[in-house]
Amino acid sequence: MMRIWPVFRRELVGYFATPLAYVFIVIFLFAMGASTFYLGNFYEGRTANLERFFLFHPWLYLFLMPALAMRLWAEEKKTGTIEILMTLPIPAWASVMGKFLAAWAFSGIALALTFPMWITVNILGEPDNGVILASYIGSFFMAGGYLAIGSCLSAATNNQVIAFVVSIVVCFLFTVSGLPLVLQVAQAVLPTPVVSAIASFSFLTRFEAIAEGVIDLRDVIYFASLILLWLGINVALLERARAG
Amino acid sequence: MTAHIEIQGLTKEFGPYRAVNGLTFSVAKGEVLGFLGPNGAGKSTTMRMITGYLTPTSGSVRVLGHDIVEERLAAQQHIGYLPEGAPAYGDMTAGEFLRFGAAARGLSREAAEKAVAGAAAKTQLASVLDRPIETLSKGFKRRVGLAQAILHDPPVLIMDEPTDGLDPNQKFAVRRLIESMGRDKAIIISTHILEEVEAVCTRALIIDRGRIVADGRPAELMARSSFHNAVTIEVPGDRAGEAKASVLSLHGVAEVRERRLKSGAVRLTAMPARGTDQLVEAVGAVVRARGIATSALFAEEGRLDEVFRTLTTSDALATSPGAADASEGAP
Repeated sequence: MMRIWPVFRRELVGYFATPLAYVFIVIFLFAMGASTFYLGNFYEGRTANLERFFLFHPWLYLFLMPALAMRLWAEEKKTGTIEILMTLPIPAWASVMGKFLAAWAFSGIALALTFPMWITVNILGEPDNGVILASYIGSFFMAGGYLAIGSCLSAATNNQVIAFVVSIVVCFLFTVSGLPLVLQVAQAVLPTPVVSAIASFSFLTRFEAIAEGVIDLRDVIYFASLILLWLGINVALLERARAG
Repeated sequence: MTAHIEIQGLTKEFGPYRAVNGLTFSVAKGEVLGFLGPNGAGKSTTMRMITGYLTPTSGSVRVLGHDIVEERLAAQQHIGYLPEGAPAYGDMTAGEFLRFGAAARGLSREAAEKAVAGAAAKTQLASVLDRPIETLSKGFKRRVGLAQAILHDPPVLIMDEPTDGLDPNQKFAVRRLIESMGRDKAIIISTHILEEVEAVCTRALIIDRGRIVADGRPAELMARSSFHNAVTIEVPGDRAGEAKASVLSLHGVAEVRERRLKSGAVRLTAMPARGTDQLVEAVGAVVRARGIATSALFAEEGRLDEVFRTLTTSDALATSPGAADASEGAP
């Protein structure tokens, strides 16, 4: 357990050692604000809640989280530092966990920096802060899901661009699998239990449930197990590389 | 006591290509093993298996009794490793990188600071500890990698081309360092520089196409050279023919090689016949008897590069793209 810490620390400091962290946070906050005010027409809604803010999170994460995760392993493979990392007395799962937690913590920092939105609605009206807190937690877990996918796919290549693009595609599939558009097509060719299984895998469906202010244990378990599944594949990919 | 590193039938296959083929050897404390071989012979792949970066296809590696596959972390705890090309995290400063290495090995904060300072002093890095690694020169980068490897004072040290990219002064310093550490560690270094083997290694292992083709002290390997016990003299150009004839008439001289130097003098090397071991006095005497002034007279120990060339053939193979790719193709 304690071997996770050095990897976590190195990775998190690594984000801030380059302009990447600052560029990312600026773009993250700008995209969050722009989508809320222009696409979501925040003011026209005239309701003191953050529904229109959280509405766009899955779509923004779709691009932002793979951008954050793409370097995790691909860069190590490209520069050869993976040979250092894999010959240190650290279990592969601890390295995977350390890197993932660093990326997740970084996304948490970026998410926390959207706090002016929360202050704004509290000035404008009397929102249900419980719902807002639940939405933030839900959003954070969803970011973790996207990051786990991105981390795993980053370990499958030594090219960051490939990791980025493939991650977006996979994240997209996980996002849209609950949309009526997808489900109607699926319904035409697949039996109902399979269709509802596909729907239940959707980030959108899960996130909407949490964003309504109800933290259902099942939704949390869904995101947690999804994260562990992808990180498990991530570890397996590294062990496979060791076998050559 | 058993050796620090014990290797049994070590084999690695990448698909149909067998990069390392049944290596068996051991390295005891106090030994500095020089790993020689042409590019693609399997040196790096072998080192990667010893350090646990790659899993052997078959065979075993034990480091201080710990199997590298079964007890990987316990074995790795005792290993310091400098990978080929000395990779390092470019965005970190040298000091941060070393502190990371110390923390990853479970050193406490206090012990880590001490270890970093010690390793930086040994590799003369103190002046650049606060600089990002990507801004350092090639020589400094190499020494950062070296410092990372010796940080925790490991009993086993594996270094893939430790002096590559260093200037002659730095090479000298690193060799001195390896020599001094060699007394109480088991060290394996790979190198292309044969003089390095003579300078620092207590033992040399020549591998070719994944197999051991020679194993012995550098002096023993040099004794296999046809130049072993050969005698070289330098004589004035106008008397070279006469000198050559007289040396050739000596019993035990199989052949005399001639090379004209820029100065106008001629360098003659008398190659001994098989089983002849002392020629230097006879050669000196016969030339002096003719009244020919010699500006140099010495016996050769043998030439490692010649032994190397006769024993290894796969560099010819490596010029075909397939062989080269396979050797560098490790993930």
